[in-house]
Amino acid sequence: MPQTDLIIHDEKDNVAVVVIEKTSKNQECVGWVMENDKTIKVKSINEIPLGHKIALQDLKEGDTILKYGHDIGKVVKSIKKGEHVHVHNVKTKKW
Amino acid sequence: MKIPKSFLGYKRENGRAGTRNHVIILPVDDISNACAEAVANNIKGTIALPHSYGRLQFGADLELHFRTMIGTGSNPNVAAVIVIGIEPKWTKRIVDGIKKTGKPVEGFHIERTGDIGTVMKASKKAQEFVMWASEKQREECPLSDLWISVKCGESDTTSGLASNPTVGNLMDKLEPLGVHLCFGETSELTGAEAVCAKRGATPEASKKFMKTWSAYNDFILKEATDDLSESQPTAGNIAGGLTTIEEKAFGNFQKIGSCKFIDVLEPAEVPTKGKGLYFMDTSSAAAECVTLQAAGGFNIHLFPTGQGNIVGNPIEPVIKLTANPLTVKSMGEHIDCDVSKILSREMNLSEAGDKLIETTIKVANGRLTCAEALGHKEFVMTKLYRSA
Repeated sequence: MPQTDLIIHDEKDNVAVVVIEKTSKNQECVGWVMENDKTIKVKSINEIPLGHKIALQDLKEGDTILKYGHDIGKVVKSIKKGEHVHVHNVKTKKW
Repeated sequence: MKIPKSFLGYKRENGRAGTRNHVIILPVDDISNACAEAVANNIKGTIALPHSYGRLQFGADLELHFRTMIGTGSNPNVAAVIVIGIEPKWTKRIVDGIKKTGKPVEGFHIERTGDIGTVMKASKKAQEFVMWASEKQREECPLSDLWISVKCGESDTTSGLASNPTVGNLMDKLEPLGVHLCFGETSELTGAEAVCAKRGATPEASKKFMKTWSAYNDFILKEATDDLSESQPTAGNIAGGLTTIEEKAFGNFQKIGSCKFIDVLEPAEVPTKGKGLYFMDTSSAAAECVTLQAAGGFNIHLFPTGQGNIVGNPIEPVIKLTANPLTVKSMGEHIDCDVSKILSREMNLSEAGDKLIETTIKVANGRLTCAEALGHKEFVMTKLYRSA
């Protein structure tokens, strides 16, 4: 089995979770989709630590982040494919 | 894996079985802590459960206090109980509540005697109880005597990816064998509440869940000064990569696997609808949640963590599992079950679930948890509102 750098819960998800210690700049990351056992590739723009998310597509302000196939919040600052996705560019829709 | 059909537990007078054999010294109120701790210091093998409340409470808040006290004493992991309070009336109410289980229980009140006289009387009784309890032997009990509660803490994205689904896998495998199961954390289902409500086994259960969650959410909207972004997710969650409460909630929700809940319990309420999964209305603060579940009668706890929560409980053993390899490396003394190989895909979920079942049965049979070995005894009462 090749090294898995990222895990994606659901085919619909637009973010993946880093499962290696960290990605490096311009690393070609291999992602595994749990739901259907497919493999995808995405180039990491930033260094992203274990457990943090990476965007699988370009996202603009107001877009919905999907993880587990569900809505987990909204984009508040546009995000490029391969960029780190976290509290600096995504916020809850609650409260 | 062939799942064992039994474990070695302590059979209790009311038909329940314990995974532990504690003799507890239970203070009714904050000002009786000193007395309870003195008795536990005198008599080896007993434990005091000091806490911060029990005075001038009223209404639903007082009812919860009594339910937690009586439930803690009634838990099958407890062989016998000494209750110590300042006044006779509330002390007696707790003694009478615990007595219904048939286990040895005796109450002492401090007024008109003072600490020293009370410590002497209670110590004599505690010695009698602990020597009696020490004769108890573990016996073969059916697996269905396990009442398993779950709660996650210091979660990160590895929790939702692997350690919480491992608990879900265990639930899917053990639910058909007739165990009782309990999840809680009303606040940390926010964002996944509609999906969670659909897991009610009956329309009544689903409705009751939404009513409970909405009451919580209304309270948050009323009391919150801005939003809960400082508390939900926590700084630890954010460091671990969790961005929003919704993301945390969907990760949290993985703990129940594909099970459906048959009823919604009040905090510290004992389930009465038989085997299966229950939702209990609890805070998501670890020690408060586990204390309430233990008071509900649950006798073993599974606690998945991401960044490394360290909580324990004085009467209910708390088993920690994690899928975060950095946590295993840096905080290994807190981890009972390492499932980090899921992330490198060297272990699948079913293998992880089996490993957790093995750990759970070992602990049920008497193996100490990391939290027990490290002396974690967090006993934290849930308070609903300020006292009179």
